[in-house]
Amino acid sequence: MMTVPLGDMLLKILPELGLLVLAAVLLTLDLLWRSRRCRFLGWIAAGGGAVVILLSLLFARPGPEPLLLWGGMMRLDSTGFVFRMLFVTGMAITALFATENEGICEHGEFFTLLVISTLGMTLMASVVDLIMIYLAFETASIPLYALAGFLIRDKKSVESGVKYLLFGAMTSAVMLYGFSLLYGFTGSTNLYEIGAQLSAGQLPAGLAVLTALLVTVGFAFKVSAAPLHFWAPDVYEGAPTSVAGFLSTASKAAGFAVLLRVLLVVYPALSSLWTGLIAALAVASMVVGNLQALNQKNIKRLLAYSSIAQAGTILIGAAAQSDFGVTATMYYLMAYLVTNLAAFGVVMVVGRAVGSDEISAYAGLSRRSPGTALILLAVLLSLGGIPPFAGFIGKLLVFGAAVEANMAWLAVVGVVNSVAALYYYLRVLKVVYLDRAENETQPLNMTSAWKAALVGCVVLVVVLGVLVSPFYTWASQAAASLIVY
Amino acid sequence: MDLLTNHLLTLILFTPVVGAVVLLFLPAKNIRVLRWAALAASLVPFGLALGLWARFDPSAEGFQFVEMMPWYPAIQSSYHLGVDGISLMMVLLTVVLTPLAVLASFTVTERVKAYMFLFLLLETGMLGVFLSLDLLLFFVFWEVGLVPMYFLIAQWGGTRRNYAALKFILYTMGGSLGLLLATQMIGVVAGTFDLTELFQIWPALNSGTLLGLPMATVKAVAFWAFVIAFAIKVPVWPFHTWLPDAHTEAPTAGSMILAGVLLKLGAYGFLRLVLPLYPLESKLFAGWLAALGALAIIFGALGAFGQKDFKRLVAYSSINHMGFVVLGIAAAAAAVGSQDAVIALNGAVLQMVTHGLSAAGMFFLVGVIYERTHTRDLTEFGGLFAQMPVYGGVLLFTAMGSLGLPGLAGFVSEFLVVRGAWPVFTLATALSMIGLFFTGAYILKALKMVLHGPLNERWKGKLPEMSLREGIVIAPLMVLMLILGVWPAWALDVINRTVSMISLAMSLWF
Amino acid sequence: MQFPILSVLIFIPLLAGIVLLMVPAQRKDWIRGIALGSAAVVLVLSVAVYALYDVAQAGYQFVETAPWVPALGIQYHVGVDGLSLPLILLSGLVVFTGVLVSWHVDERPREFFSYLMFLGSSVLGVFASLDLFQLFFFFELAVFPKYLMIILWGSPKTREYGGMKLTLFLFAGSVLALVGALAIYFGSGLRTFDMLVLEKAGFPIAFQQLWFPFLFLGFGVLSGIFPFHSWAPDGHVAAPTAVSMLLAGVEMKVGAFAALRVAIMLLPDGARFWAPAVLVLATINVVYGALIALIQSDFKYVIGFSSVSHMGLVLIGFACLNHDSLLGAGMQMFSHGIMTALFFSVVGMVYDRTHTRELSQLGGLVQKMPWAAVGFIIAGLVSMGMPGFSGFVAEFPIFMGAWRTAPLVAIIAILGVVVTAGYILLVVRRVFFGELPKQFQNIPDITWMDKLAIGLLAAFMIGLGWFPSLMTSVLQPGVQNILGLLGG
Repeated sequence: MMTVPLGDMLLKILPELGLLVLAAVLLTLDLLWRSRRCRFLGWIAAGGGAVVILLSLLFARPGPEPLLLWGGMMRLDSTGFVFRMLFVTGMAITALFATENEGICEHGEFFTLLVISTLGMTLMASVVDLIMIYLAFETASIPLYALAGFLIRDKKSVESGVKYLLFGAMTSAVMLYGFSLLYGFTGSTNLYEIGAQLSAGQLPAGLAVLTALLVTVGFAFKVSAAPLHFWAPDVYEGAPTSVAGFLSTASKAAGFAVLLRVLLVVYPALSSLWTGLIAALAVASMVVGNLQALNQKNIKRLLAYSSIAQAGTILIGAAAQSDFGVTATMYYLMAYLVTNLAAFGVVMVVGRAVGSDEISAYAGLSRRSPGTALILLAVLLSLGGIPPFAGFIGKLLVFGAAVEANMAWLAVVGVVNSVAALYYYLRVLKVVYLDRAENETQPLNMTSAWKAALVGCVVLVVVLGVLVSPFYTWASQAAASLIVY
Repeated sequence: MDLLTNHLLTLILFTPVVGAVVLLFLPAKNIRVLRWAALAASLVPFGLALGLWARFDPSAEGFQFVEMMPWYPAIQSSYHLGVDGISLMMVLLTVVLTPLAVLASFTVTERVKAYMFLFLLLETGMLGVFLSLDLLLFFVFWEVGLVPMYFLIAQWGGTRRNYAALKFILYTMGGSLGLLLATQMIGVVAGTFDLTELFQIWPALNSGTLLGLPMATVKAVAFWAFVIAFAIKVPVWPFHTWLPDAHTEAPTAGSMILAGVLLKLGAYGFLRLVLPLYPLESKLFAGWLAALGALAIIFGALGAFGQKDFKRLVAYSSINHMGFVVLGIAAAAAAVGSQDAVIALNGAVLQMVTHGLSAAGMFFLVGVIYERTHTRDLTEFGGLFAQMPVYGGVLLFTAMGSLGLPGLAGFVSEFLVVRGAWPVFTLATALSMIGLFFTGAYILKALKMVLHGPLNERWKGKLPEMSLREGIVIAPLMVLMLILGVWPAWALDVINRTVSMISLAMSLWF
Repeated sequence: MQFPILSVLIFIPLLAGIVLLMVPAQRKDWIRGIALGSAAVVLVLSVAVYALYDVAQAGYQFVETAPWVPALGIQYHVGVDGLSLPLILLSGLVVFTGVLVSWHVDERPREFFSYLMFLGSSVLGVFASLDLFQLFFFFELAVFPKYLMIILWGSPKTREYGGMKLTLFLFAGSVLALVGALAIYFGSGLRTFDMLVLEKAGFPIAFQQLWFPFLFLGFGVLSGIFPFHSWAPDGHVAAPTAVSMLLAGVEMKVGAFAALRVAIMLLPDGARFWAPAVLVLATINVVYGALIALIQSDFKYVIGFSSVSHMGLVLIGFACLNHDSLLGAGMQMFSHGIMTALFFSVVGMVYDRTHTRELSQLGGLVQKMPWAAVGFIIAGLVSMGMPGFSGFVAEFPIFMGAWRTAPLVAIIAILGVVVTAGYILLVVRRVFFGELPKQFQNIPDITWMDKLAIGLLAAFMIGLGWFPSLMTSVLQPGVQNILGLLGG
């Protein structure tokens, strides 16, 4: 194993270092300022995220060959890099939404927790060692438990935090059990070595299947795939809206990052089993998510179920188990991240203005604030997979992956589900555009941070939907480097 | 001048449309201008047609004044016009009757612009059928004429006009469906719609199958599709039920054209398409056709006799008279190639012309009395001769022409038909003669109920005599009836050559 | 470099749509002016494209390409041939007349005209697309304008139901077709969405037979193929006038066109295999649609079902797969487009003035709005396939084609024509003639803009009816191209 010079190494883990520094800065400033200038903390977190992304793009780009650090525990490749950028983007946008938010602003540690959780996620995307994966997993999760229950005066929020914690702890225990079995039978904690051993047939098939099932539990929880999705609607509904947005996007993407790596690196020998398992998860998630979303009255619950269904759609790409499938998954995740963040952003903005998250509260929005309505329109259509928005490309690629892998039936299931999904998205749009409300003449209160976040998201949604090429290239590079030994 | 001679038929065909378009730009309020403009527009084709007649060479074979241009090259259909003796007579009939009908319509006061517009379009539709030498084009004009007629009946007709108009168009369109399907099939099988070519190709086609049926069967079906379409138009019993309603409800001028020209379209279809395209089938089924013709004569006459409504009576008389046309055609089909066939065909064509004149005249005269009394109930008339002597005389004359009194037009044509058909279908012809007897009966009955007997006191002193305009409408018809009755040779000259050729061409297939 | 006329044509309405959204809502004059101006430009350009197309040279013309996503083999690729050309013209006409008859939309005109422009851009984009991805992109671009326009400006009773049903049906169809398109993309092994390349890919027969139904039915939903037609009447009826015009007039052709361009032209062997099944469905369309139209009591539903019936003829034309039938289908797409646009525009004018669409409550309107009556009658005659109007010259070749391939279909489908005559005459009589109800004694005549729209559409119907070569000469090279792909 070659040794990497320290300077190089530091440069390569620049995103993580940057986040660490950012967390420290935020914590310090919070202590100094107390709650008086909480506005700035959000901007600083967002700005810091932007700086991290910029610097990483300039200096920390991975080479064509993956770089192994710390005795192979960390593997810096395009896959990880794209995911890390994605998480930091999600963090920055979430920070903007959290700015000037009552209940959050008084407690500056919010942003610190957010950044630390993001740090855990970036690690999840780049470590290839079972122990490290678990550590990263928990680093990402624990701050999120706190964030979900952040509004301590709000019973629902607290309940949501506790629920999330309980579910998370349970599933991560199951996953850990799977890890221990893998280690016990192969004697290695390195994913690539385990994969090599499995391929060589050194593990009885039955056991391999068992480990696969156990490990999947953890990931399925993280990506909120059925049947481990129960927590999502309650947690999303109770948690602060900005946190819910973060949970449904960055956190979900982190789950996918690990899932893809484990899937393709550890279990290539069991590909048919994995395919079946993931496809089953995909179908279950899509069907359950969409069916339940159909008659939701609360927009946050609706988005929660929709995000379960979206997870199912993304899993189609993973089930294809191909280069193209991984590319599709990554592209879909990018599209989904910006789209869903904006969706929760709008929910937060409207929720604060009307004091309700019921769908009926959206009546008259198009008259009250045509701009916000337009953003919601773009976002929901993107979720529905309609051009010229990002979701269309994601949908196209994911279905394409299924067709390419001779799983057209899965694509057809996806088709049926996307129709059902469009139904409830349109239902929301109907309320927004058609229904009238008494308060529709009052303008909507909108801070500059929210505006920036929303507009930024929507621009990305359109760019990802029209100017596909550069993002696609990244995604396909990331996919290519995932399986290179 | 070249333009005029080379495109004479096109000019005749489309000047009414041009006139109609011009009408659109005239002020709707100025009814007088509209009327005279329409009359002028209908006189232009009349003048042109006279020129056509003058230049027509009755001794030449085939079609004259032929024009041919690509129309719908994608499906091998062309704009192909031409006239022979039969179509020339029909064109003349049309261009004579149309101005008279326009003149008769001067009493229309409601939406005159639309009325005249439709009337002129109708003229083009009728002329197009007579001039077309392309099967598709024939069908186009065949249907084009329907629409104006439908609206003329439905908008300016009597009390039950909607029912009558719908019945008229549904019967005719329904009948045309078979024609349409058969036309499509012929086009597909033969690869052309040009009639001059089809006359050669289609009867010769004996091999191959379609829909699993042998060609002979297919052709028999297509033959009946054609026959039914034309039989409805003629109309032949039992397809006639639309006619009394349509005629009765149509405005006067509409009835004139309907009886005078539109019915001839059906008979013309038999002559132009059925006989040349289906010589074998025609001969095979001629007996049926003759029987239907005879039945039309008898039932038409009986039906007329039973009417109390003057206009309905005249309408039924059309069925009666058109039966002779059918009988003549049937005889010609059966006795193909013989002298009898030629005589019968001559009679049929001449009967088309004479019936056109007399029926138009009769309907006009019914209209004249209706405008004064607002009733058509025969029982309410009576003794009108004394009130309106001129009208009485004219009615008497026209009715006699219709009856077939020797010396007037109807006699010559019906005689020719009977003469030609007798050796071929003796029984049917004999029965027709009985029908002719009833013809006399109903006409005399009508004359008696209108002109003679006690005067209904309601009308005393209230019925003005025929006006000059009305006189101008009826006079040409009477003159023509008389001329054709006394000296039919000028018309038969034109017809004879053509019908001989048709008969000869048919006989070549045996 | 030539003037990028097609791109300008596609993007002018898109741009206008965006600009409109930025105009202050209260400047209604500006809004209407921008809408009419851009629609006029679209009309002029579409006529120009039609006129400038070089028939002698044939093939795809005005072609433009630009890289889009090279890694996926996606490019921006537009061009027109004989088949798409009439449809481009149709779109231009209907967009323009749609703006004219919507002049008095007073409820949020900004959004209305903006969405209308998006819709126009979408259909033009589909017709000009030579890239499969791009075709889908524009195809689905229409989803939200359609939905929003129906629910916002549609008829209050059914708009939510009709709009949702329409959107979901069409979306389902297009996503299904998308799966088929992806199969073509991967199955060809060429990794390109360029249809001109894919045409020559030579897919195995089994592959074509498997995937043809996905594409044909997927797009066919939008063309109203039985049994997936039920969105059409509901959607058309629920939609506001201009949208009904565009939906029935142009969008249904988008479906048919895409089914032809993608399903039949890329998978010709699949088309041959499935043609009998399509023929059966399409024949049902023709007869069933007409019969159902006959028993409607709602003015607009009659027209809605008549579209189902007439689109069946287009599909018959496709499925017969011969020169005459394809030519007729091409004509019928255009003819039905302008005809149904005229129908719906008149229905809208009547409804705006009487506020009812119940046939039993209408009558005698010819006295109040003669232009509308004449326009409706002309469209009705086109619908009946009356010679002298565009419907005849379009339907006749379809029937001839049917005689060549499936004579029985010709005989059965003609029934639809009879029934059509019946319901058209009934409707004309009930709405425009007879007694004028008292409450309508004072309704105003239609505006000169409405008359302009009616006159424009009617002129095309009559002109085409007498001079069919004006369109067949353009269509024929396109049809030859398809026949070439079908192998003679």
